[in-house]
Amino acid sequence: MVNHSIEFARQIRALTLKLVYNAKASHIGGALSMADILAVLYDGILNVDPGAPDYVERDRFLLSKGHACSSLYATLGLKGFFDLNELDGYATNGSLFLSHTSHKIPGIEVSAGSLGHALPIACGIALAAKRKKEQWKTFCLVSDGELNEGSNWESILLAPQLKLDNLILIIDYNKIQSFGFVKDIVDLEPLRAKFEACRWNCFEIDGHNHSELHDTFVKCKESADSAPKAIIAHTTKGKGISFMEDSLLWHYKSPSEEQYHMALQELNQYK
Amino acid sequence: MRTAFINQLIEEASSNNNIFLLVGDLGFSVVEPFAEKFPDRFLNVGIAEQNMAGIAAGLAMEGYCVYIYSIGNFPTLRCMEQIRYDICYHNLNVKIVAVGGGYAYGALGPSHHATEELGMLRTIPNLVVCAPADPYEAKAITTFTACYNGPCYIRLGKAGEPEVHKHTSDESKQIVKGTILSIAETGNTTAVFSTGSMLKYVVDFIERNNIASSVYSFPFIKPIDNTMLLNLFIKYKSIITIEEHQASGGFGSAILELLYEFANQGLLAQNQFPKMRRIAINDQFYSVAGSQEYLRSVAGLELKMEYFD
Ligand SMILES: Cc1ncc(C[n+]2csc(CCOP(=O)(O)OP(=O)(O)O)c2C)c(N)n1
Ligand SMILES: [Mg+2]
Repeated sequence: MVNHSIEFARQIRALTLKLVYNAKASHIGGALSMADILAVLYDGILNVDPGAPDYVERDRFLLSKGHACSSLYATLGLKGFFDLNELDGYATNGSLFLSHTSHKIPGIEVSAGSLGHALPIACGIALAAKRKKEQWKTFCLVSDGELNEGSNWESILLAPQLKLDNLILIIDYNKIQSFGFVKDIVDLEPLRAKFEACRWNCFEIDGHNHSELHDTFVKCKESADSAPKAIIAHTTKGKGISFMEDSLLWHYKSPSEEQYHMALQELNQYK
Repeated sequence: MRTAFINQLIEEASSNNNIFLLVGDLGFSVVEPFAEKFPDRFLNVGIAEQNMAGIAAGLAMEGYCVYIYSIGNFPTLRCMEQIRYDICYHNLNVKIVAVGGGYAYGALGPSHHATEELGMLRTIPNLVVCAPADPYEAKAITTFTACYNGPCYIRLGKAGEPEVHKHTSDESKQIVKGTILSIAETGNTTAVFSTGSMLKYVVDFIERNNIASSVYSFPFIKPIDNTMLLNLFIKYKSIITIEEHQASGGFGSAILELLYEFANQGLLAQNQFPKMRRIAINDQFYSVAGSQEYLRSVAGLELKMEYFD
């Protein structure tokens, strides 16, 4: 099970790298930091059907850090939500695959590119599920820098009030935002204590450890308590490609041809 | 344009101790020289535009001339109420700067297409709305806003735009509130009114096709010099407005409103009415990726030869 999702994550990373390289796009660091989270979610946690992306009982997954869409597009493509060839034009003239998430793509619930939007939407979806007595869960993935936005905190305050126990928030805590380290700009610590003070059921895990990710997701899905769940996933920006790891530059840069081949080689080592 | 802006802001801040720069976790490899030179008058507030606009209002209440800087819709639409109520209603000395006007960040999709903000901001009392066309205008508008005591919006392009204006030391190129700048006066019947970074496209089109048409650049969308505008209405039989913005509420809209205003005031007779053509986005979102040029063309922001017959 875990070996399967680890290989899936490797494939996601390799395809993400190719998309970003071909389009000379940005934001590869944040796409790589969440690759393991996506791999585990789409490898048996999320109840979704690539053949029927809109079926009503599916679990909802909302990516709020839409700038990191390349690895979500890669994940959905590898899962068969659309033909992988369609991804070839990613972020280039005429492509529906924008370099932010687009709800015009099968499997993508919301367009996101302005930070701090998806958690309030996820609350609305989770509330709808409760009112309609539906069993599906709503997952929302936000970045750490994004937690600077007040809109998130409005939702963080309200969700426990509404007893949105069907809402699972994942924080990709890669410690870097656009202008430097999170701790130097708007330090989020103590983050777990903040969620707990707001009456969330909070988990803190290694966001690259597939068994921890898997077990935590299962626990959140099966939990019987009435609180919304927050998973603080400690991650590394650029994870998996050593020269991109922990570096602000790779929020912006696109790999050169030489860097592309170096990176691909590194990823293929773990095949 | 953003380089022209930041260099000029550093220049202004060297002689004006009240200039303060706030960024919303943006401006990497752009704003560092300012931050290094004036660490006491710089702050990255994080990804929190509403907070940024409110903090700017507070700093301005205490005497600072505050620039807030972010990209696209984030320093405008995201904090519209702070702009309207905190900054403009209190008539504070805050300058809102957005990089990436129009489709400058084309491939990033509709979240990053800044194509409605001029219309929204234009309705807010006290706010001066500017959209410079090239590095020269960006620099001059920066100086203007630094000297002007009140709220302003500056819509910038991205980076690396060429200089369109020539002879920039001429008196006719000076920028005061509402200025309209003449770029070419090669025709007596048709004139193109351009705002923001569409200007380069317009000038290239006219030159490439050898068209006898005049071209004017409007670095201000609000206010616009009424006397000069009235003279242009009287002078030309046909006027084309072009902007990288939705048709409704934008630059062309402002020009049409003034045309009817002048007519109502009896300043312009029925037979002096120029034929107006407005080139702007036709009430649509475009969810395709693409370069700025590509999206402009998809959205129909293009001149055609037949417009000049
Ligand atoms: C409202 C808003 N403000 C600013 C931006 C510009 N922006 C894009 S990504 C980013 C920050 C990236 O850091 P983080 O949020 O931590 O994401 P990650 O590290 O996961 O890439 C910023 C400020 C934006 N997209 N939306
Ligand atoms: Mg981050």
